[in-house]
Amino acid sequence: MEKYLNLKLTGQSAAATFLWTAVLFVAALMLIRPCAASVANAAQQEALGIKLAKQAVREDKHWTTVDHSKIEMLNQDFTSGDQITQACLSCHTDASMQFKETIHWTWKVPSEKQGIMNGKAGHAVNNFCISGNAMEDKGCVSCHAGWNDIQGEVNCLACHGKEKFPFKETFADLAAFEGDDDPDLVEIVDDLHNGIQQAVQNITLPQRNNCGECHFKGGGGDGVKHGDLDTSLARPNRMLDVHMAEDGADFACTRCHTTVKHHIAGRLYTRPAAAERKSLIEDDMASKITCESCHSATPHKASTKMNDHTDKVACQSCHIPEFARVNPTKMSWDWSTAGKMKDGKPYEEKGDLGKPVYKSIKGDFTWAKNVMPQYYWYNGSFDNIGIKDKIDPQQIVEVSHPLGSPNDPDARIHPFKIHSGKQPYDKINQQLVAPLLSGPKGFWTTFDMNDAIIRGNQTLDVPYSGEFDYVETTYAFPITHMVAPAEKSLDCIQCHTRDNSRLAGITGIYMPGRDKFAIVDTIGLIAVLGALAGVTLHGLGRFFTRNGREE
Amino acid sequence: MAGKTMTNVYLYTRFERLWHWCQALMVIFLMITGFEVHGLYTLMGFDTAVELHNFIGLFWLGSFAFFAFWLIITGEWKQYIPTTRKLFDVARYYAWGIFHGQDHPVQKTPGAKHNPLQRLAYLGISAMLLPVQMVTGLLYYLYNSLGGVSLAPIAFIHTLAAFLLVNFLIIHLYMTTTGHSLFSHIKGMITGWEEIYDTTKIQEWETKATRKT
Repeated sequence: MEKYLNLKLTGQSAAATFLWTAVLFVAALMLIRPCAASVANAAQQEALGIKLAKQAVREDKHWTTVDHSKIEMLNQDFTSGDQITQACLSCHTDASMQFKETIHWTWKVPSEKQGIMNGKAGHAVNNFCISGNAMEDKGCVSCHAGWNDIQGEVNCLACHGKEKFPFKETFADLAAFEGDDDPDLVEIVDDLHNGIQQAVQNITLPQRNNCGECHFKGGGGDGVKHGDLDTSLARPNRMLDVHMAEDGADFACTRCHTTVKHHIAGRLYTRPAAAERKSLIEDDMASKITCESCHSATPHKASTKMNDHTDKVACQSCHIPEFARVNPTKMSWDWSTAGKMKDGKPYEEKGDLGKPVYKSIKGDFTWAKNVMPQYYWYNGSFDNIGIKDKIDPQQIVEVSHPLGSPNDPDARIHPFKIHSGKQPYDKINQQLVAPLLSGPKGFWTTFDMNDAIIRGNQTLDVPYSGEFDYVETTYAFPITHMVAPAEKSLDCIQCHTRDNSRLAGITGIYMPGRDKFAIVDTIGLIAVLGALAGVTLHGLGRFFTRNGREE
Repeated sequence: MAGKTMTNVYLYTRFERLWHWCQALMVIFLMITGFEVHGLYTLMGFDTAVELHNFIGLFWLGSFAFFAFWLIITGEWKQYIPTTRKLFDVARYYAWGIFHGQDHPVQKTPGAKHNPLQRLAYLGISAMLLPVQMVTGLLYYLYNSLGGVSLAPIAFIHTLAAFLLVNFLIIHLYMTTTGHSLFSHIKGMITGWEEIYDTTKIQEWETKATRKT
């Protein structure tokens, strides 16, 4: 066949073509080499975020020059909490003064609004127990870090005691046995004093249990409030939390919640926990409250698309696929059903998850485990509805809601637990109200909501019209603990998908895979189907006309 | 067709053929991966599709630069100069003549590989659609590092152009069947030699030049 022979080019032209081809491919390869090379390197190297984090925790051994059991001041028979604190202050002279400046003591933080104080003891409300009633609600104050509510001294051991010791009961017993010389009782009193001494001398930096005593149980029980903080984090495994895991990095809370003069980083109201997102590379004295602090803003292996996400997507969004993964968390609380009685007595019912779904004193609850977060733009600040703010009861009132927008350079798409509530409000003044709950005059004793609101609003000096109803509310908690191992982080498709995208509610951005322009897809469909129809018809025409050729 | 002599012409050099099929492969893979990224179907998984799409896209962009260089250096770009001469004859042929056994009004020669309609189509593709696709593709790839660039308009154009390229591909594939036999055009693009009706006098040097028997 001549034409196949013709294919044989001369050596010269064959070589030329070959050269061209080679040049083409080599050149093209060189163009994408930086990308390809870094991909190859990345496969061998550790991701920057892991490398930096390992460096940050390399010297994690805390050491001290003080053995508290050898301190003479602590070898006394304490009879009150204040005495213990005085002993602490004999060395740590300014500790109490410092602590009383912090929100842990005051439960108040100035708001951006004139004359408004946020915080449990301020004008802030939530949709759990609603208000701390300026610390008049004694039920709440059990978490206050003082020996005797807000009077007297700071209880240093609440945060620094390694041992959980029933000081209040022990001091009450000691007071009762005082002056009695019954030898048995004297022995008991000695034991009690020894117990106190041991607890007082067993001093530590705050451990997970110390913080957890209040923060795991906020809202009146384990896992009620946060969703990403509950007693499962006292001794978590790696699957639950890579940072705090006993078989992982074994962090105490203060590893990230770094502290200056007893002010602990991480408080969130109208101002973000960290003014700037800085890694320790940029500022080695920065607080470690953000993920970036240790992991940097490009934590993933070089040249991976994930590093492009960190300017808009919070680390938590992908690395905490679900919260409440061990213990259930409360998802809703309906106060409007509170007060029902069985045989004239308050009662409670337990649900599937072993948690109460109804309590006469509190109303209806729902609980959930392995909850998929909801996602919002979040610049680190919240918009709060306080006791003095006007509400629109026709709509669901966002008592606490994250602030941020796609155009805000500080905002990221962040996961949240949204707790739904139905809580009392003043029908005439159109404001949320703060019923007093505990104590002999509180709702939990009287079951009279109107009276509880009158008493509660008085504690905050907020007028109440006397008429109340219930309004639906939401309260947002940022999800930031319970960081799962890397292999459990979200796949792209969880968000980059047309249907059921986790980020379906996020507007203002174009997301490949999730978004489309209807007009583009319509024109595209017409172009493709039109072409197919056109060539089919044309082809059929040629077939039936036999290309116009005669047989 | 009886009574007409056939002749073989070497139309496409080895480089052109290699480029054509490489580009075809790349474009088709870009379509497959691209429309998965667009969310039309699930085939290899979103992340794999994205990575492949980026890799092939960059490779295409790089190699296209060399093709453009080749076009300029060899003067082959002149094959794409649009003309209205015989344009309507060709259009009429595909709309009418082809069903009536008429001859194609324009014959291919190594100096004019593309008929006026092809010239216009390929000029539109090579000079408009493909560059648009490459530029928007590059912006899509880099937008995160560019700052202040919104993805939406980029995605709008990139997706629209992708649909138009599918439209082109369908028609292009179909048109390959309109040679004197169903596969003669495809054979031409594989071997370089295309069998055409000997209606145009092809100069001796054109046919002999590469004929080394």
